[in-house]
Amino acid sequence: MENDLNLKATELRLGLPGSDEPERQMIPRPNKRTLSDIVSEGSRSTTEEDHQDTAPPAKVQIVGWPPVRSYRKNCLQGKKHEVEGGTGMYVKVSVDGAPYLRKIDLKVYRSYPQLLLALENMFKLTIGAYSEREGYNGSDYAPTYEDRDGDWMLVGDVPWEMFISSCKRLRIMKGSEARGLGCV
Amino acid sequence: MQKEMAYSFPDEVLKHVFSFIQSDKDRNAVSLVCKSWYEIERWCRRKVFIGNCYAVSPRMVIRRFPEVRSIELKGKPHFADFNLVPDGWGGYVLQWIAEMAGAYPWLGEIRLKRMVVTDESLELIAKSFKNFKVLVLFSCEGFSTDGLAAIAASCKNLRELDLRESEVDDLSGHWLAQFPETCTSLVSLNISCLGSDEVSFSALERLVDRCPNLRSLQLNRAVTLDKIANILRRAPQLVDFGTGNYAAELQPDVFSNLAGAFSSCKELKSLSGFWDVVPAYLPALYSICPRLTSLNLSYATIQSPDLIKLVSHCPRLQRLLVLDYVEDSGLEELASSCKDLQELRVFPSDPFGVEPNVSLTEQGLVAVSLGCPKLQSVLYFCRRMSNAALVTIAQNCPNLTRFRLCIIEPKTPDYLTLDPLDAGFGAIVEHCKDLRRLSLSGLLTDHVFEYIGTYGKKLEMLSVAFAGDSDLGLHHVLSGCESLRKLEIRDCPFGDKALLANAAKLETMRSLWMSSCAVSFGACKLLGQKMPKLNVEVIDETEPPDSRPESYPVDKLYIYRSVAGPRFDMPPFVWSMDEAVKILH
Repeated sequence: MENDLNLKATELRLGLPGSDEPERQMIPRPNKRTLSDIVSEGSRSTTEEDHQDTAPPAKVQIVGWPPVRSYRKNCLQGKKHEVEGGTGMYVKVSVDGAPYLRKIDLKVYRSYPQLLLALENMFKLTIGAYSEREGYNGSDYAPTYEDRDGDWMLVGDVPWEMFISSCKRLRIMKGSEARGLGCV
Repeated sequence: MQKEMAYSFPDEVLKHVFSFIQSDKDRNAVSLVCKSWYEIERWCRRKVFIGNCYAVSPRMVIRRFPEVRSIELKGKPHFADFNLVPDGWGGYVLQWIAEMAGAYPWLGEIRLKRMVVTDESLELIAKSFKNFKVLVLFSCEGFSTDGLAAIAASCKNLRELDLRESEVDDLSGHWLAQFPETCTSLVSLNISCLGSDEVSFSALERLVDRCPNLRSLQLNRAVTLDKIANILRRAPQLVDFGTGNYAAELQPDVFSNLAGAFSSCKELKSLSGFWDVVPAYLPALYSICPRLTSLNLSYATIQSPDLIKLVSHCPRLQRLLVLDYVEDSGLEELASSCKDLQELRVFPSDPFGVEPNVSLTEQGLVAVSLGCPKLQSVLYFCRRMSNAALVTIAQNCPNLTRFRLCIIEPKTPDYLTLDPLDAGFGAIVEHCKDLRRLSLSGLLTDHVFEYIGTYGKKLEMLSVAFAGDSDLGLHHVLSGCESLRKLEIRDCPFGDKALLANAAKLETMRSLWMSSCAVSFGACKLLGQKMPKLNVEVIDETEPPDSRPESYPVDKLYIYRSVAGPRFDMPPFVWSMDEAVKILH
């Protein structure tokens, strides 16, 4: 059915962008030890990942580490892009039904799981797992984005780097529009 | 009825002598001399410090010390600062306020840290204590500006209102207008934590105007740069000032107004705030820089060159808080300009980034250790470290009392040799004989704990994360560190053996926190059973610990000594291992 290579190119994985098999890569590098206490909202990976339950996911935030207080972290969020000479990537995020939009800096995130987790936390909703075949099927919400061509795309289809370079704004769709999205 | 002894004194004389003894330690010693000294001392103790609000009950404090005027209470464990303590854990101050309202009508000072303070508590304070002078809420939460309005309105002689680092539900800026026109007593006002954009600025200006003794004022982020000059001109006597937002389009008249206002403050020694800094406005500070002893730039997202320029104007600096944008080059400049430096804190600008975003390494800290002989207190976030650097720092700064190093990636080894950092931290504890506080990071084996147990005789607080190999590590610390009061550990392979073997040690400490370690539920129960003077609390948000086998490790464990017995305000996810409590269940 699916070409293995094809699947790998487009699947959602918990891995650093560009890395082929993140779990294996992590272990030999001495300064990237595996972490025992990792926060994750459940793996967003596809069936390929299921048997790799002993291998930890790549860089996901550990609760309370590094030990920086929340009010300090909040102060920095707004300023990153100014300091780096405007290389931050602020995009508007709208959620169907919410009274106002938010803005997030895509540069802060390194992978789809991180981004989706942040969106879930920001808007207090559940987006669910991505699959190439069915999108976010089963979830009440589906994240979509407007790309350079002005088209509305499902978040997760393209590799992360391609996504952040083409994403102009995000829209989290809700309800019946969302369910079944990805099933063309 | 004094004993007929040649050296006995009447009570009044003893009371007078005791009034010169301020330190708690000395007062405690005095109270142990004999029964009559105990009695006299307890009636004239005016200040009480309670490091753990659950170690003793309000009733017990009131019973022993009937005439207290000032109280300080601490609630949640330190790791609550990093979201490791779930909401609702405890630390409520209301019961304390309620009991003190009846017992201490003359209570004038309340200082709280990491406690939950509700508007109801604040309202109770406002109406119960007629001579209320000082309210410090350090890292507290649970209250809103409504509660502050009650304080402002009722406390006629308020001297200090300090809300530093607290989480306030900022409903409206109008609470400031509740200070009556007759209130002229303010000496210190810190509202830097207030979030909303609504600060009743005119009320603030009028308040500052009528308080000639105001020495310390910290504004919040909502106050814009153009307003600073107005405030400073009304309070040229300020010693400690926190700006709000330090950003605006560069306009010559705004700049010169600001520079003039700063230069009129001849007593100003300490600055903070500096959110959203526009570097072009920093030179407005140059006239006061030579007098500055303390500078908190930890919110200032400015680059190294601008930081260097500023710091080079401050030769008297004793305390600097800064982001890692300062880089090694900035710290080298600091080391050559600021020979009086005692405290340095460098915070990470990108704590979750995988790759370094700035050129800040161990070199910066080494440079400061070399150039600043008076360095005593360090908090340093970086991404790499070496044993050699730590040894150098230890040798350069034998007077360190606080050393907290956070290498951002857990278990990072010495970047030069790939060895664990045991030897480096070992050098720190060996050379810095007065070290009272230590935080470890990086790749560490049980050896580092052997060094700490051997040399850390004055160590009072130790923070450990992702370190050690076995129970031996914990055993070294518990058996060796004679002065240990607070120990907090996360994600270490420490289990039952060391804890149970050193159970008695825990009664000599304020508290022990262990999360994501290997302490079994069975061991917790045993400890709770055998040690009645300890409260052993297991925290688990997912399921009750007794729904699993006894050998299963607990998620989080908080043990503290207490004369009050188990507490009654535990939420459903906290289980007390106290025997009595279990019987009741």
